[in-house]
Amino acid sequence: MARNGNSARPGLWSIRGPMSQRRYWIFAAIGLLVPIAAWWLIATSGFVEKVFMPAPGSVWSRTMLWLQEDNLLADMGISIYRVTMGWALSAVIALPLGLLIGTFRPVQALLEPLTDFIRYMPAVAFIPLVMLWIGIDEGSKIAIIFIGTFFQMVLMVAEDVRRVPSAQIEAAQTMGATRGEIIKLVLLPSAKPALLDTMRVTMGWAWTYLVVAELVAANSGLGYAILKAQRFLQTDKIFAGIILIGLIGLVIDQLFRLAHRKAFPWMHLKS
Amino acid sequence: MDASKVVTLAPKIRVRSLGKIFEGPRPVVALEDINLDVQDNEFVTLVGASGCGKSTLLRIIGGLEYHTSGEVIAGGRAISGPGSDRAMVFQHYSLYPWLNVIDNIRFSRRLRVNREDLTSADVERASGRADALLNLMGLPSMADAFPSQLSGGMQQRVAIARALMPRPEILLMDEPFGALDAQTREVMHDLILHVFRLEKSTIVFVTHDVEEAIYLGQRVVLLAPRPGRIDTVYKVPFGAGRRQELKHTREFLDMKKEILERIRETSGMKTDTDLLERMSRAAGQGEE
Repeated sequence: MARNGNSARPGLWSIRGPMSQRRYWIFAAIGLLVPIAAWWLIATSGFVEKVFMPAPGSVWSRTMLWLQEDNLLADMGISIYRVTMGWALSAVIALPLGLLIGTFRPVQALLEPLTDFIRYMPAVAFIPLVMLWIGIDEGSKIAIIFIGTFFQMVLMVAEDVRRVPSAQIEAAQTMGATRGEIIKLVLLPSAKPALLDTMRVTMGWAWTYLVVAELVAANSGLGYAILKAQRFLQTDKIFAGIILIGLIGLVIDQLFRLAHRKAFPWMHLKS
Repeated sequence: MDASKVVTLAPKIRVRSLGKIFEGPRPVVALEDINLDVQDNEFVTLVGASGCGKSTLLRIIGGLEYHTSGEVIAGGRAISGPGSDRAMVFQHYSLYPWLNVIDNIRFSRRLRVNREDLTSADVERASGRADALLNLMGLPSMADAFPSQLSGGMQQRVAIARALMPRPEILLMDEPFGALDAQTREVMHDLILHVFRLEKSTIVFVTHDVEEAIYLGQRVVLLAPRPGRIDTVYKVPFGAGRRQELKHTREFLDMKKEILERIRETSGMKTDTDLLERMSRAAGQGEE
């Protein structure tokens, strides 16, 4: 087909219109670079004091200093450990529980309203209780992340299981499948891709509770470093910490997406 | 009922004064006093206006829905719940997208119900059957494809093959071709008739397409809505070996017209057309 002046290709701004891969990346690059450029301009223009807005350069050098003299890697390591443990702990409980809620109505009636009730409670407010019950060592930080993640996760897992098409279940029933076989051979494999996506999304939420968790008598970690920098008004370090958390999140997110493509190739086929 | 009848030919499916009430703040009578016998190796189609309960009746026979009165006897036993003797083919979304075509067809082999007293000869026969069904459905080159790579018609072929795999005594089909385009549907009609001759199964087939119902069925059962009940049972006078040309014969078209008219009468649709006519007449007068 000729693509000349009369091409019927919809324009760039048509609703849900097409977009070439190349254009997509151009726009993505603009979206990333413009805020950085704006930040750099504002910071170096001198209008804003350095305490309020450090320049990209000083954030970079602060990061290097942190890496070389202040054990940045240890901070990152302990934070990744806490987030991953809190998240994994909630996954270990939320997956079977969500499966039960999404499969059996009595379990749903028993647990869903309760979960809905608890998930509105702010995780921060649990800090005193967690300190009282668990103490102030690693367990308490993991517990805060668990509280922030678990209740949302259970409901999302239940929803993933509920979204398995009835026809898939009923077809198995009319082939003589037992309840256990339906759970093992239909519900789980059918919900798995959605479950992995839920795990990816909730991992992001777990990270947002990091700073809160490291409010609890921590002496290491990215969140703790940000809180400490606040005391000394080291704005550049606060910037560095926040950006580092964002970058770690980005990497984890991409790893999850890669795992999704590897684990469920049938979902990523071009027919 | 005379005694001799009991000894000979017991029907494959026997529905006796069956009723179904959807309970709730306003109970709805979905089915009322349904009596229907389906013989061994018979092909029965169910038609009727929307809301007549044809799908509900099929799902009750399949054990996927429960009835509130009467009984259903299939293969000599009163049914309570689904079972491997009554396979069901759905309109869509029933294939397992994570399994390729051949594994979808073989799915029932993984169930305990088919693994009891299994000899190696059985296993061999089963794998031969899966291949035979794949060929029968015209999909020999598609064994490794995933459902998302198939057209709607191909997906339904796989669903039918999967249902046939464990040799169910009864095949229940709930508008299996309702989502397909007209050409694909015609191909599927001849395919399912071929399967029916070959497998000698007993088929109950729900459709809203009267032409389909006559072309496939040996009897067409017409249900009427509110409450769902059997209105008329038509015996289709055409034998086995039907061809597409049949659809253009006088006899076929007359039967189609008769059934369509009856459906319209039972549905209360007639009043709507009268109303439309009155409205357009009124609009015409307004213009003059």
